[in-house]
Amino acid sequence: MIGQAIADGLLTGGILALGAIGYSLCAHMLKFANFAHAEMLTWGAYLALAVVAFLPAGQPIGPFSFGWPLLVAIAVSCVGTGLIAVAADALVFSKLRKRRANSLTLVFASFGIALILRNLVLFVWGADAHYYGQELQISLEILPNVRLMPDQVLVLVLTVALVVALHLFLKFSRIGVAMRSMAENPALSQVCGIDIAKVVRWTWMLSGALAAIAGVFAGLTVQIRPEMGFNMLLALFTAAILGGTGSLFGAVAGGLIVGLAESLSALVIPTGYKAAVPFGLLLIILYLRPQGLFSRSARV
Amino acid sequence: MIGFVSYLVFFLTVALILGIATLGLNLQWGGTGLFNAGIVGFYAIGAYTFAILTAPPRPELVGNFELPWIVGLVGAMAAAALAALITGMATVRLRGDYLAVATFGIAVTIQLVATNFEALTGGTMGIASIPNPFRGLFATPLANNLGYLAVVVVILAVAYVALERIARSPWGRVLKAIREDEVAAETLGKNTRSFRLQAFVIGSTLMGLAGALYASFIGFVSPFDFLPILTFQIWTMLIIGGSGNNRGAILGAIVVWGIWSAIGAASSKMLPEQFQIYGGAAQAMIIGLALVLVLLLRPRGLIGEQPVTSRHAA
Repeated sequence: MIGQAIADGLLTGGILALGAIGYSLCAHMLKFANFAHAEMLTWGAYLALAVVAFLPAGQPIGPFSFGWPLLVAIAVSCVGTGLIAVAADALVFSKLRKRRANSLTLVFASFGIALILRNLVLFVWGADAHYYGQELQISLEILPNVRLMPDQVLVLVLTVALVVALHLFLKFSRIGVAMRSMAENPALSQVCGIDIAKVVRWTWMLSGALAAIAGVFAGLTVQIRPEMGFNMLLALFTAAILGGTGSLFGAVAGGLIVGLAESLSALVIPTGYKAAVPFGLLLIILYLRPQGLFSRSARV
Repeated sequence: MIGFVSYLVFFLTVALILGIATLGLNLQWGGTGLFNAGIVGFYAIGAYTFAILTAPPRPELVGNFELPWIVGLVGAMAAAALAALITGMATVRLRGDYLAVATFGIAVTIQLVATNFEALTGGTMGIASIPNPFRGLFATPLANNLGYLAVVVVILAVAYVALERIARSPWGRVLKAIREDEVAAETLGKNTRSFRLQAFVIGSTLMGLAGALYASFIGFVSPFDFLPILTFQIWTMLIIGGSGNNRGAILGAIVVWGIWSAIGAASSKMLPEQFQIYGGAAQAMIIGLALVLVLLLRPRGLIGEQPVTSRHAA
């Protein structure tokens, strides 16, 4: 029972971690809470769905429920979702930044953008749940009494691989270094010849792409619905704050903690309250350690 | 004609009730610069507390105390204030967007409690026969609704006058100073955290009051009455009317509720059954679009804040 809850929690946690990393990157650099980030997950899932519907149905690969079309779809959806994020910044956020608007005005604008994006999904795809495929899978007993679908195992493995790749990217690539320096000190970065607009675009692109992957994974392991992202928003915020905004491994740890707390909570409280667990965690962390568990800075 | 007048009365009552919540938001955002992303949470707390305190007993519910109307209103305000105090205390010392996230969390949580805590809230069935002092008082429903509208107008007027007065009081000036430059206010010896917390709690209390008035007017609450879209609606009302201006808040409430209702009526008349969902999506998108466009093109809204100069400056 506990073993299964931990396995499920790790899976949700991995998906939340991907979403939280993207949110955290942007929030750290641009210093505002982007309420529209959750809609990027939704859009990522739906864009992939559109591509899958367009491509011919492929044979499922090995024990998984999907074939090569979904892999193509993930790639397309990463680019597409990244572009949506870049467009939102170009059309709204960058204009407000240029006017030196209060950072809460940006939060506010993200509120409006979230509403538009969410309802656009409803317009295009309707309110019903969708799936990437109808293939049935046989669950594997990976440990005694712990069962996972092959898809879920793959999602976990891919999440780990993505986090490692992302860490290397931020640590060693030119653009990664520029992103970290921008977040630390925008003025100094500019003096050093970093093209700020370009770095901001890359950050949105990366954050959107990660959200898209998280969205597809969520769609693959649960289902695709217009409110899927919105329902994860609180958990994403909590994961990012828990880890300390701007910290990659912090966001991963935050995601895993939230995912585990949600699934373990089902053992002690009625499942209906599962979605309130992040809020409880959030209040505790804000009271005790608002800079997050893994942040070096002491101030928020 | 009678049909139109009754609709108008109904429309105005709801718009003005939302106006009270918008006034609360104006104190938080317009007056102090606090971002409340969970308005619907405080509104729902008010509505449910009112319902639980005043509705007639039902064997399967632990609440429903059948207390007097006014006790319900006061209780609703107290409950909303308490919720605001808890979230406010966790976040008031942090950067503004933490308050946004925490209040968003309140709204999500309240929705869950309303849906799942069946013994108290009636779950998805909700709570019915919530008292309205005017129901059955006069001969026609129209007269009853007019009576209730009068009560709402009086409460709105009291809130408006009170807010106008405190905005001009030393207390209100401190709030404005915090909004403009918190460090400067602190340097002048003001305990900015305490002031921000006070403004947040008072604003949320008004939202709770609005929720209670709504519950009493409609006579029924269920989780479906308190969807996240309400938060967006009230924000749009404030921003379109003019943040920082109490008259703007009320004007915005009437204008935005008018547009919302008109689109709703049009889509339910013109769209066939299976496309009704698009009407709702269109309403929400227009609200979102209005928010973003006003922020970009006319940040001060319809009326906007009036510049205030010191009497001693001239």
